[in-house]
Amino acid sequence: MADPAPAMRRVHNDFQKKNGSTMSLELKNISKVVGGENHIHDLSLRLEPGSFNVLLGRTLAGKTTLLRLMAGLERPTGGQLLDRDRDITGVSVRKRNVAMVYQQFINYPAMTVYQNIASPLKLAGVPRKEVDRRVRATAEMMRMSHLLDRRPGELSGGQQQRTAMARALVREADLLLLDEPLVNLDYKLREGLREELRDILRDRDCIVVYATTEPQEALVLGGSVAVLHEGGLIQHGPTHAVYRNPRNIEVARIFNDPPMNLAEGRVIDGEVRIGEHRGIPVPSHLSELAPGKYIFGLRPHHLSPANDSGDRLPIDGHCELTEITGSLSFTHVNDGETSWVAQIPGVFSADVGERLKVYADPSQLFAFSSTGGLACAPRNGDTARGAG
Amino acid sequence: MVFKARYIALIVYLLFLLIPIYWLLNMSFQHNSEILRSFSLWPENFTLNNYARIFTERGWAAGYVNSLIYVFMNTTISLLVALPAAYAFSRFRFTGDKHLFFWLLTNRMAPPAVFLLPFFNLYQSVGLFDTHIAVALAHCLFSVPLAVWILEGFMSGVPKEIDETAYIDGYSFPRFFITIFIPLIRGGIGVAVFFCLMFSWVELLLARTLTSVDARPISVVMTRSISATGVDWGLLAAAGVLTLIPGALVIYFVRNHLARGFALGRV
Repeated sequence: MADPAPAMRRVHNDFQKKNGSTMSLELKNISKVVGGENHIHDLSLRLEPGSFNVLLGRTLAGKTTLLRLMAGLERPTGGQLLDRDRDITGVSVRKRNVAMVYQQFINYPAMTVYQNIASPLKLAGVPRKEVDRRVRATAEMMRMSHLLDRRPGELSGGQQQRTAMARALVREADLLLLDEPLVNLDYKLREGLREELRDILRDRDCIVVYATTEPQEALVLGGSVAVLHEGGLIQHGPTHAVYRNPRNIEVARIFNDPPMNLAEGRVIDGEVRIGEHRGIPVPSHLSELAPGKYIFGLRPHHLSPANDSGDRLPIDGHCELTEITGSLSFTHVNDGETSWVAQIPGVFSADVGERLKVYADPSQLFAFSSTGGLACAPRNGDTARGAG
Repeated sequence: MVFKARYIALIVYLLFLLIPIYWLLNMSFQHNSEILRSFSLWPENFTLNNYARIFTERGWAAGYVNSLIYVFMNTTISLLVALPAAYAFSRFRFTGDKHLFFWLLTNRMAPPAVFLLPFFNLYQSVGLFDTHIAVALAHCLFSVPLAVWILEGFMSGVPKEIDETAYIDGYSFPRFFITIFIPLIRGGIGVAVFFCLMFSWVELLLARTLTSVDARPISVVMTRSISATGVDWGLLAAAGVLTLIPGALVIYFVRNHLARGFALGRV
């Protein structure tokens, strides 16, 4: 198949440089069925020009499938993809100006790093001098100028992924898709690259879609977040807004690591009662709740072993497990009904089976209706830094 | 101590393997009279006469050339057919793909003799008899399935994401296949070439039946060196040594990939 695109793409690139990327991507009722299984189900999503979007969901939530549909690597079973008002559902991936970075480190092993990064530009018919300039600039940005003559097989995992990212960044695509790009890297590399990536992606002129399973990554990267669950979109909005006001229990579960503590309780006689614990006066942000049954949610870092202010809700139980990461301790306290996780700064030692009292901050309680929808969220800005 | 025993065992094993080859070499440098007269561990009257005869007498040289021609034809055709086929089997899911893939291999389960008569008859009627292409095509029946299996194994070892990345980068399919994909499966291609060459080079039955004069392969020439005056042992040994050389050469180039090739690329 001959590729008529290079000339067109060049024109497109020039146009793009002058005016900034004007692509906006809209998914309309997209669905994807593979072998009778629903991978994506009736999903609608609009990505604004130049926006940074995190696709958050557990493994098998359909993140990769969705990215592949956006890229044009797969055709949706139903629904439409629109670039502004132009239908691009059936447009071949070669003719869309997209770039993609995979979870695995995908490079062309037979080419050097330089040739790898240069290959999309060469195919687009960019003049040799310009190719050289852009390859070197991108390599500089990814801090791998000294590796240009190596082959991918001679690089470490982190450097291989940098090569793949450089190849995706060099071409100034309209749509940049990253499918859990950091998940195969070790912890330290991941942290470092994540921050670099945030700065690099922030001032790019294209739609970026970044898929991840980690809530923390979404919070660090910012932008807006689309939460995926079992092939459907359950919430889409600015990352911090979604974090503060999860639409339902499922979003709260996906967007918290360690998971949000959830326990059944009631609002009755001006008191909040969680499980069998002593009731406390209804905190001000929950004052509009009608009496009845609710599911209360509390983030682990709002449980502490000390009753600082005196108005906290005591949770009495025995210690099940303590995971100590060094700077943080995750203590699991079972009160007979629910296993609560408390995130405690520093090293907190408690023996398994030991009786323990942790105190919940009532002003930070989420209330979900018994069907799972959000009834009330804490009023103050629950700052994002404590997600993990 | 254990170490030594192991070495000795290996050396003995290697010696046993090499004895027939050494004997062939030994004989090829001897006169017939010496071969028949006495038991000699090395040539007493060293001679290159046997080799000289092979390179000068018309029938012998032509035999080698004929063999080489159809072997290379067969290898080229097999690769050209097997590369796209293996790519399809490794990348696409289509109805009956697994059955078709297995059926390919079953072709190798039939003995070549089964196909002798139909091939002979067919080639006679279409005028292909005693041509190089006739033998090459007949050998394809066996070498194509093998090449497809080997290449499919190697290709499946290349992540599909590389293909997709190339399409995203804007590669057209032929360009991707030649500049990116082929270099990734070089080892596999080498092994496939080796198996096609070897099969075709040593195959005697089809090659002999489908040729008479113009395309007569070396193995047939060798069997016909037995004349009324008896067997010309020295000449036969020299011819044998020469037939070993191409195989040894090819093995040298693919030696690092051979184990994977024997497992049909599935390691």
